[in-house]
Amino acid sequence: MAAQVTYMPDDAGYRKQLAARQNAGYRWQLFFLGATLVGLVVLVVLLLSILNQTFGLIAVRQKIDPATLTNGRAMTELSAVELSDILETNLSKGKLQGAFLTLVTGTDIDRGKLGTEPLGDLLPTLVFAEGLGAKKFTELTPEDLGQIIADNTSQDVLVNYVNREVVGREVLQNWSLIDSLFNRAAIEQLVKDKAEGKGFSNTLTAAQLDEQKAAFASAHLEMHSWLSGEFLNEPNSTVASDAGIRGGLIGTLWVISLTMLFATPLGVGAAIYLEEYAKDGIFARNAFLKRVNAIIETNIRNLAGVPSIIYGLLGLALFARLLLPLTSGAIFGVENGRGNTILSASLTLALLILPVIIINAQEAIRAVPRSIREGSYGMGATKWQTVSRQVLPAAIPGIMTGIILSLSRAVGETAPLVVIGAAVFLSKDPNGPFQPFTTLPIQIFNWTEQPSDQFRAAAAAGIIVLLAMLLVLNASAIILRQRFSRRLQG
Amino acid sequence: MEARLDVRRKSDLLAAALPARQQATRTQAPSLNRKPRIGESVIQALLMFCGAVSVVTTVAIVIILGREALPFFSTGAATLGVSIPEFLGKFFTGTQWQPQGALFGVLPLVLATVITSLIAMLVAVPLGLAAAIYLSEYASPNVRATLKPILEILAGVPTVVYGFFALQTVSPALRDMLGRDIVQFQNMLSAGLIMGFMILPTISSISEDALSAVPRSLREASYGLSANRFETTIKVVVPAALSGIVAATILGISRAVGETMIVALAAGSGPNLDFNPLHAAETMTGHIVRISTGELSYNSIDYNSLFAIGLLLFVITLGLNLISRAITNRYREVY
Repeated sequence: MAAQVTYMPDDAGYRKQLAARQNAGYRWQLFFLGATLVGLVVLVVLLLSILNQTFGLIAVRQKIDPATLTNGRAMTELSAVELSDILETNLSKGKLQGAFLTLVTGTDIDRGKLGTEPLGDLLPTLVFAEGLGAKKFTELTPEDLGQIIADNTSQDVLVNYVNREVVGREVLQNWSLIDSLFNRAAIEQLVKDKAEGKGFSNTLTAAQLDEQKAAFASAHLEMHSWLSGEFLNEPNSTVASDAGIRGGLIGTLWVISLTMLFATPLGVGAAIYLEEYAKDGIFARNAFLKRVNAIIETNIRNLAGVPSIIYGLLGLALFARLLLPLTSGAIFGVENGRGNTILSASLTLALLILPVIIINAQEAIRAVPRSIREGSYGMGATKWQTVSRQVLPAAIPGIMTGIILSLSRAVGETAPLVVIGAAVFLSKDPNGPFQPFTTLPIQIFNWTEQPSDQFRAAAAAGIIVLLAMLLVLNASAIILRQRFSRRLQG
Repeated sequence: MEARLDVRRKSDLLAAALPARQQATRTQAPSLNRKPRIGESVIQALLMFCGAVSVVTTVAIVIILGREALPFFSTGAATLGVSIPEFLGKFFTGTQWQPQGALFGVLPLVLATVITSLIAMLVAVPLGLAAAIYLSEYASPNVRATLKPILEILAGVPTVVYGFFALQTVSPALRDMLGRDIVQFQNMLSAGLIMGFMILPTISSISEDALSAVPRSLREASYGLSANRFETTIKVVVPAALSGIVAATILGISRAVGETMIVALAAGSGPNLDFNPLHAAETMTGHIVRISTGELSYNSIDYNSLFAIGLLLFVITLGLNLISRAITNRYREVY
């Protein structure tokens, strides 16, 4: 009898095969789910690692215990006069003169005139106590210097100065949050070892080694948050613990506001043209114009795929160099001779986000029902009356969502601005479109490139601020979108 | 013109035919002829200008890149004493890049770009496709509505943040795992890995659109033949959506090639012809960033070399984008 093969469902082989197929199905389903969640995991790890680097222990060295200077009071409670007294008693005359130059006169002054002209004539905006204005800089006694400093400097600036110059507060080393919480004993041991000269790289000279030993010997550990009020409000600095993002925040605000000013009308205008005008009237009948419109449409899709760094090269050659008279402000009578200004940066970013705005606005306009337009035409409205009074108001929430999303892209954009030539270090806050610029992402980039661990912590704190800004922007876009969809339904 | 003449003739006829009193009321009636509206035309012209700006931008990119890159090729050829076509040969095949020192081989930069992009695609394509399959074929609408926006956040994180993460977290972790002598501080692997996660949402969202566009009837026919969900997905739905998936992949490659900040921070800072992804090497975009952060003189060969690299980058990414679009348009299954 020939071997009989059955394919009946109750056959054991069949059931085994069925089970295997089902198992494979489940396994793959798990894999698909896992792959979807991996992205989520990466996002969480990213956030945690940034938090981990923003907070943590620091080893601080102080030459003098601040309590002995202030008789036990907190430094921030002291008045400007008391603080300048501390400077007077603890600094040599030469250092006090240095303090005077840093705190009162600033760097703009012509130092050659200080010895020859009375201070009152040289610095007419300052407050001088009786008789001091008539003296020359070289004639000032330490008491006079202290008096002028106290009269012309704010209390919080003085606190920082006393901390730096008298107390000699200096962050020697920093650790991440996880290390600080779980490895505190090891960190304390490390500081002790370093005080005894162990654990330094052998490239240090003997003198440097002695200095480091002394520094660690007088150091104490404290918990520190790199993200703080001062961090938001201080300008950049060469010392990581003093560095802040004030310049970057102001720069970002300037660049983004101007970018929006340029990109929004152009983007919405182009979208209106493509959706409302390019599809009928003369544009539908004339083969050439039809072709032109098709080219514009394809071109926008292509532009959206051009890497942002290419826009940076465009901005460098076109705005910063060729249009130098415009972007440096020369034709408006501003003299700085540099083309890599806030204006160049915002023009470049405007071109960069234009395709995004156009594509989103087109979709919003397309979503407005045809009946609204026909109703308007039926009432005798012209094309522009229909567009401006019916179509645009109906499409505005969708357009706004697109604008905010492109805004958040512009806020985080770094590469094109670096290529145009962002300033690494700003001596003063930008206050106009023809000033050199830096932005928050550029500061983060520069700090990340620094070899020091402390700048790395500052960069992490900057990233938290940047992400918070983006979160606010995206949340408002989502809220707008939800309102919009509710309005269409209702 | 003809039409208007016609009307005039018609109204003349009417005028002749109607009695005088009725004729008087007729002249008071509004003219229904088309009025020229200057305001409307001006607005239309302005809007057309807005549309034209994008075309001007493209033209400007091509002209500017070409104009600024040309001196690189001419002075480069003059330095080496060869003709420009010969110089182009050296440009594409030379293995050392140092324009100041008369070494014009762009290959080290291109190789680093290829390696980092390849690593990124090895991460982004399997994960992105799997995520797309899960979201389109398995997830309930609620799960989908939660997971999809979370996945999209990955595309919204600024690239400088990814660069920081790759350099300060991923790279040290790799060095701890594989050994500090084997993995360099900056390396192409960490940059490529993180770039993959940045591109993942692009691939998953375009692939998901392609999968969702496959009609229900195909899936039902497959179930009818007793295939289970996994078999239906792999043997029916994915092949039907293949053109969309390929287009998404090519678009992803173009993103990876043009990505800048991650590779500028984490991949390396010096041209280096090295196939080992655990070593540091500078990509095309990373090189542009590093050179332009230094003191860049506008009359140096370094300045012009940036535009030569930029032109190459533009051609590559534009080509990839066009191929991606052509695939979507040509091979789209119409059901």
